[in-house]
Amino acid sequence: MTAISASDARLIRGNSAWAEHWGQLRKNRLGLFGLFLVIVMVSSALLANFIVPFDPTQIMVGPRLGPPSWAHPLGTDQLGRDILSRVIMGGRVALIVALTSLAAALSLGLVLGLVAGFGPRWLDNGLLLALDSVRAFPVIIFALAVVTLLGPSLLTVVFVVAVTSIPVYARVVRTQTQSLRDHEYILAERAMGAGTGRILGVHILPNVIGPLLILVSMDVPLVITLEAGLSFLGMGVRPPTPSWGTILNDGYSYIQNSPWPVIAGGIPIILTTLGFTFLGEALRDIFDPKLRRDV
Amino acid sequence: MSQAATTRGVPGAALGTLLEVRSLSLDFTSPKGRIHALRDISVAVPKGRIVGVVGESGSGKSTLAYAIIRLLAENAIITRGEVLLEGDDLLRLSPRQMRDVRGRRMSMIFQDPMTSLNRVLSVDDHMIDIQYRDSVSKAEKRRRAIKALGHVGIPDPESRIRNYPHQFSGGMRQRICIAMAMLVEPDLILADEPTTALDATMEVQIINLLKRLQSELGCSILFVSHHLGTVAELCDDVVVMYAGEVVERGSVRDIFHQPGHPYTQALLECDPGRIRERTRRLPTIPGNVPSLLAGEVPGGCIFKDRCPYVFDRCQLERPPHYTVVAGVDEGRADGDDTLAAHTARCHLRDPGEASRDRESRDIRQARDKAAGGHP
Repeated sequence: MTAISASDARLIRGNSAWAEHWGQLRKNRLGLFGLFLVIVMVSSALLANFIVPFDPTQIMVGPRLGPPSWAHPLGTDQLGRDILSRVIMGGRVALIVALTSLAAALSLGLVLGLVAGFGPRWLDNGLLLALDSVRAFPVIIFALAVVTLLGPSLLTVVFVVAVTSIPVYARVVRTQTQSLRDHEYILAERAMGAGTGRILGVHILPNVIGPLLILVSMDVPLVITLEAGLSFLGMGVRPPTPSWGTILNDGYSYIQNSPWPVIAGGIPIILTTLGFTFLGEALRDIFDPKLRRDV
Repeated sequence: MSQAATTRGVPGAALGTLLEVRSLSLDFTSPKGRIHALRDISVAVPKGRIVGVVGESGSGKSTLAYAIIRLLAENAIITRGEVLLEGDDLLRLSPRQMRDVRGRRMSMIFQDPMTSLNRVLSVDDHMIDIQYRDSVSKAEKRRRAIKALGHVGIPDPESRIRNYPHQFSGGMRQRICIAMAMLVEPDLILADEPTTALDATMEVQIINLLKRLQSELGCSILFVSHHLGTVAELCDDVVVMYAGEVVERGSVRDIFHQPGHPYTQALLECDPGRIRERTRRLPTIPGNVPSLLAGEVPGGCIFKDRCPYVFDRCQLERPPHYTVVAGVDEGRADGDDTLAAHTARCHLRDPGEASRDRESRDIRQARDKAAGGHP
């Protein structure tokens, strides 16, 4: 290699880190498949308003429980609504629930975990008690209680998911932080005069955020199925707003004569779950430098 | 300030002292009670010199380094003494002021280079981060870092700087740590057994590197090690510690050629590099380090239970630092004015015990002859 200036080196570095990650992802077929599914799901959710062929809540005079046709590629439901449109809109609901609730859980869990892991012991004990109390509560029972109190809505689902995920993330962050705080490189950083903020930001956070993001990407499918489950039980998204869970619920009664609503509602759940899981596992392999194969 | 130091007779004080530890005592709290880990430690590090701290494991040499930079475990309590860096008592600084001292006037190299770098950060992340106090561009910081890496002997630093710690060998990582410690251009570097985790050839390279960088930067180094060979190779002055006390100190020449304390003598005899005859047995110092638990610290001389020349006075009276060879300011007998005073905490060095000292020398010579060793 010829001599390169410092600014060149920075440019190369800035690009090459991502180029390197992308190169590794490209070699991981399952991860690539996961990425493809995730991109399809996310883009269809983002563009839902533009790509739906019909208004998903519009009750049409056409066939009820009609089989797939050119006009309605996935058929129609018991009220004559276009199922494809409902599936696309349902994906949007699933994504909104997953992203908002997990983002809330991630940020709160991160802060609580760092405080518990790096702060004084009494604070750690107090936070741990609170987190474990929340975690000890079964999710479904908690969800039922919240739904009973606040009524079923999108926000309720988000709330339930966020609250039940915070302790999991906080615990992961806390444990990581505690194992890191006694590391010699933390001591070395302190020997360079760094304060708590710099230690947390520069050394602890990059160590913690990787595993946490992987955990989150693996939790997306859980949240999507939870939302679908709650909606299926009538405790999530209120009709007529489409959700994969409500599509399943609607089609459930007619499964023997017209299976397409159930299939149309079930397959996106399966594909999205698989997509995020594959992608999450691929990311874990890529972002953990210890697991890297090439040097 | 240096006047006061001179009167206390801490060696090197007259040469322009950078760091002076005065009568430092430190306890660790434990479920069994207080442990008096450091007792009445006085050490001086002159400007531009390398001072070695040697002793067995548990002698408190690393604790001393951590006490100086104030990075002690939570259960450590400094009960007495001062740590003066150019006259400022570090023990009195607020945590914020102390943070300003660390990484600016003082930096540290650690024992295990495998754990003293963060594995998720690349080398340039590390090296740019430690320059956080300087308000220059990131490119400039990277340029400095690359220069520092080249200086410590990392080949192809422009591209290697982008690598992660696990992509380097132990010796290379220690070079990186040294480059980081030097990058801030400190007055004092604390090196806590920086070669212990490395193999012998690497050790020599690191020692030579430290020596070269020290002479280029003109900083002082406090070099903690249990390896006498590296200390002899690298250091100007030596402090010998035993069970939390300084038992002997002086110039490296004095300590290695005429050790004044039986512990130092025993330590030198145990150095495998000094064994001349064929043997399957490595020499050891019989006995164990005494308990330093409060109430159990033995009175009298701290080394009396393992000392071959012990006599009644050692049981009762704690020996002071007897002067073996006077320091510069007191007029050295051999006229060499670059060397520090040589003191030992042993009653045999009391001029009043001269006849007993001759006896002990006879015992030593007889034992050396019996062992067939070198004179």
